[in-house]
Amino acid sequence: MKQVDLVIIGGGSAGMAAAIQAYDEGIRDILILEKDARLGGILNQCIHNGFGLTEFKEELSGPEYLQRFVDQVKERGIKFKLQSFVLNITKDKVITYSNAEEGVVEIQAKAIVMATGCYERSAGAIQIPGDRPKGVITAGTAQKYLNINGYLVGKRVVILGSGDIGLIMARRMTLEGAKVLCVCELMPYSNGLQRNIAQCLNDFNIPLYLSHSISKIVGKEKLEKVVVSQVDEKFQFIPGTEMEFECDTLMLSIGLIPYVSLLNNIDCPTSSTRGAIVYDNMETMIDGIFACGNCLHVHDVVDFVTIEGRNAGHGAAQYIKEKEEHGSLKIEVDPNLAYVVPQFVRTPVKEDLTLKFRVRKEIRDKKVVVRHKDEVVFSQVKLVMIPSEMVILTIKKEKLQDITEPLKVSVEDR
Amino acid sequence: MKEMVCIVCPRGCHLTVDDNMNVTGNSCPRGAKYAISELTHPTRMVTSTVRISNRDNMVASVKTSEAIDKSKMFDVIKAVNKMSVKAPCHVGDILIKNIFDTGVDILITKDVE
Ligand SMILES: Cc1cc2nc3c(=O)[nH]c(=O)nc-3n(C[C@H](O)[C@H](O)[C@H](O)COP(=O)(O)OP(=O)(O)OC[C@H]3O[C@@H](n4cnc5c(N)ncnc54)[C@H](O)[C@@H]3O)c2cc1C
Ligand code: SF4
Repeated sequence: MKQVDLVIIGGGSAGMAAAIQAYDEGIRDILILEKDARLGGILNQCIHNGFGLTEFKEELSGPEYLQRFVDQVKERGIKFKLQSFVLNITKDKVITYSNAEEGVVEIQAKAIVMATGCYERSAGAIQIPGDRPKGVITAGTAQKYLNINGYLVGKRVVILGSGDIGLIMARRMTLEGAKVLCVCELMPYSNGLQRNIAQCLNDFNIPLYLSHSISKIVGKEKLEKVVVSQVDEKFQFIPGTEMEFECDTLMLSIGLIPYVSLLNNIDCPTSSTRGAIVYDNMETMIDGIFACGNCLHVHDVVDFVTIEGRNAGHGAAQYIKEKEEHGSLKIEVDPNLAYVVPQFVRTPVKEDLTLKFRVRKEIRDKKVVVRHKDEVVFSQVKLVMIPSEMVILTIKKEKLQDITEPLKVSVEDR
Repeated sequence: MKEMVCIVCPRGCHLTVDDNMNVTGNSCPRGAKYAISELTHPTRMVTSTVRISNRDNMVASVKTSEAIDKSKMFDVIKAVNKMSVKAPCHVGDILIKNIFDTGVDILITKDVE
């Protein structure tokens, strides 16, 4: 069986950053396996502007952002195989992939970085009453058809879910001549960034109906119309609030889910994000297998995916060079937080610790506090935290030298 | 008094502009600049795709080199849809120079070999 030091599964932003970092730390025998015909992952279809502010201090479109990393991969001569689909991995780090040229191949890796991204929740995941005609599509699929292949999927569109991809597609399809009738959102708040509501909906007078959902889909072969109704606090439709929209497309933007089936096959423990549970070096609970990017937890800003990818690349490089024994302590969160990544910090702590989390609902004018026993090791005032924006904080390693108990993250009054 | 959301970066600060054009609520100077320009002369970046004459089933992405008059967004898309490029093309190639005499170019944002 062929041996490779580091195999990276997925050649999107996370995978490329991990590969580049590991290379720069001296690992030369690296292979990126990517199922698509290009490197870059989901960013290939995100042609809008707004990427790279942290990373490059300028605003780039998705394809421009990814090209900078493709160039870095190529400059270093890091090996990658395209149209190569990973079918299976084992706890002992044997990877099975297949492509047209080689057929089905097994390779042995010293370390693996999982960077497989996420997938969209589809119509099957939520129960919409009514028919099941053609014309119901996820926003990301519609985005791929339009921005990669050049096909507009419909002319009269209703969007369910106010996630950013749906908002961005509302603008994109409007500019291409489609009529976007409305966006309806089940929750009383939007899941998208404020700027996207401003520049994608308000600019084009597209109505956003909060606390609304689709109460009926109508259409035999093709979609003919949808009925939108208001919901109460228990998310039950309120009779008498029905609005009918004749449309040929219902576009869903109802959430992204980390893609982890390869890890599930090896019983890798996962958290409430559905991604793997990891230490601060992005190593999963399975020795030598690391995870980063959207397959760990869904990110809204690619710059942070890149940083996390580097962290995983750094972790994997160290692991390959010299495997170190370490202890570990849990990082616990209070009920205001939906999750935290990483869930464990290795001890003794040798590097600054970056924590990422999301709040469950909007929180204004509070502070985030991290404690070890009764001692405050980190505290920062936050004017606003909303579920759609990930919060990132870094604790200096000096503060964590003698920790013996779990760290506790909480939201408290100022 | 006018209220608006700053769209310059993903943070999305809530801005307020008073009658003397004083801006509050911005976390950085770009927000103040945005608010004034939004009230006097609103502009937007426009991104789209252009056909590739020698490729099937594939388009190349494009963007305005700078934000352009908001009222010209649809015209930009129409102009781009009349064009096509020939592969290979590269990030930064100019598709349309000085569109509508605005000083703004339309640039390719994707490498196609
Ligand atoms: C539709 C969408 C729009 C977004 N818009 C924005 C935005 O406007 N601004 C912003 O900053 N961020 C945005 N993001 C977030 C950010 O761009 C992404 O979080 C980031 O690009 C994800 O990178 P990744 O490498 O984790 O995943 P991906 O880019 O999805 O890469 C995963 C790669 O793994 C490959 N893969 C998966 N399984 C296998 C397998 N079994 N074998 C081989 N290869 C495999 C996939 O083909 C893919 O190339 C958006 C995200 C999405 C999903
Ligand atoms: S004011 Fe500055 S920080 Fe706030 S959204 Fe605008 S550009 Fe971003």
